[in-house]
Amino acid sequence: MIRDTTIGAKLWATMIWVVVGFFVLNLLAMTATVIIDSFATQWLRTWLPVGWTPKWYLSAWSEFQLGQVLIVTFEIVLTVVVLAGLFGVTAAYAMARRDFPAKRIVMLLFLLPLLVPPITYGIPMATVLYQSGLGGTFWGVVVANLVPTVPFVILVMIPFIEQIDPKIEAAARVFGAGTFRLFIHVLLPMLLPGILAALLLVLVRTIAMFELTFLAAGPTSQTLVVVLYYSVFAAGVRAVQSIDAMAVVYMVTTLIWLLIALRFVNPTQIVARGRRAT
Amino acid sequence: MSAPAIAQIGFRQRLAARGVDGVTLLILPALLLLLAVFVYPFLYGLWLSFAPKDGGVFGNYAAFFSDPYQYSTIWTTLALALPVTIISLAVAVPIAMRVRLMRNPRLLTTILVLPVTLGTVLVAQGLLNYLGPQGWFSRVLMLLHLSNGPVRLTHNYWGVFASLLITGFPFTFLLTLSYITGIDPALEQAAATHGANAWQRFRHIFLPLLVQGLAVSFLLSFVQSFAVFPSAVLLGAPAGPTRVISVAAYQAAFEKYDYSMGSAIAMIMAAVQLVVVVVVLGVRTLFYRGSTAGGKG
Repeated sequence: MIRDTTIGAKLWATMIWVVVGFFVLNLLAMTATVIIDSFATQWLRTWLPVGWTPKWYLSAWSEFQLGQVLIVTFEIVLTVVVLAGLFGVTAAYAMARRDFPAKRIVMLLFLLPLLVPPITYGIPMATVLYQSGLGGTFWGVVVANLVPTVPFVILVMIPFIEQIDPKIEAAARVFGAGTFRLFIHVLLPMLLPGILAALLLVLVRTIAMFELTFLAAGPTSQTLVVVLYYSVFAAGVRAVQSIDAMAVVYMVTTLIWLLIALRFVNPTQIVARGRRAT
Repeated sequence: MSAPAIAQIGFRQRLAARGVDGVTLLILPALLLLLAVFVYPFLYGLWLSFAPKDGGVFGNYAAFFSDPYQYSTIWTTLALALPVTIISLAVAVPIAMRVRLMRNPRLLTTILVLPVTLGTVLVAQGLLNYLGPQGWFSRVLMLLHLSNGPVRLTHNYWGVFASLLITGFPFTFLLTLSYITGIDPALEQAAATHGANAWQRFRHIFLPLLVQGLAVSFLLSFVQSFAVFPSAVLLGAPAGPTRVISVAAYQAAFEKYDYSMGSAIAMIMAAVQLVVVVVVLGVRTLFYRGSTAGGKG
């Protein structure tokens, strides 16, 4: 690695770290205000709250029916994870192993839902979901969330599958394994780390997916992030601390899974797809 | 064996030779799903947008482009998305150039991935506290005598701007970082051996190799910022200064129940994004395009 030792280079490096520090500081301070406020008895016109109390968690739990919301959230998220895994891994296998006509077009189709922002395709999609009767239901939310997650699994899994030597599969076939047994006994154990990483990322993304869930959800199928949106939207109806308590519950729910996911993937992978840790 | 059976085997083998067999069919579930809930709704929305409640085929589009309250949303959104994207990219490149030299950048990248993962709704709620007139940000400014009274940065343009920057910058940065670390350091070392200083190395080695990646980073961040929705509603003034195009589309479709108009606005939104994508990709082809790997050649 080349390191510059001139004064100009050192000043430049210092300036860069000041900018990074300023950004990270603001980010942490912003997160801290949410956590501090959720424990505050009253926090107006002072640097720190007047007193501390855990009561907002109890009130948020009952006011927003957080127990029920968490159950719905995990039902939806787990269904999405399982289905995205099934649809995604099978399709990724075909994409990695076969060259067929129109493969480029199919690939483009799998890329588009990841490139087009959810709100752009979400509005026509929600219209169709409501007309088909799925809108506002549990399955409507699941189907809506499958649109970005299935292509995501496919794109993460293709390089994983490509690196497995096809001779191993050929050997299994020689010994008489059908496609299904090949999957269960040969491919699945080898692909497990990749599948685990992809599905954990799907999990984190689905918990945090606001736009599609918001457009497709009805009163009984709202996930945590949508409930949070509505309560911030109707700020003034309830105490700010109560909303912040729910925000902390949401933050903790997401972060637990993010931390687990980060044990298996590189942070840059959450943004840039398919690039394995070097 | 009868003649049709032979013909059938022949057909199957011909298909297999072109890459279509049982394994290829595994693609069908995912493909059908996306055709049904991604492609079909988009085409249906396109068709619906040409079937307005009143007016001719182009009734919705005529209504949108003749009403300043509606068509100004395009400028409002561009005025948010373009500065945020350009600033993010301009700041991300020098930082990524520095972070690439770090031995263990994992802590920094983990902190930066937080806002991307937590999402815009949580960032909006956090910024409502933090940037409000009594929030820490305003208090620090007063403490440093940079401002005489409380600063209000929420429920206006700057609130949405800050929220887009907080979620958009890490996204752009991580993407840029993945491109910069993909460039072989040997290329830079070669330039340094020939006496190129830091700026020359960046200008003549990195920049030409990065243009393609930077174009993609720019597009992905721009498209994400252009679709700003929750923070424009929660942190901005959705009735006025930050009435972005997605708010207009949402209101038309789900508050006025005019699905046709809502679809039309969504199509306009997609069209604007497409125009920017085409322009940037067009500019990109003017630059060098080649391998980022070193080696003898």
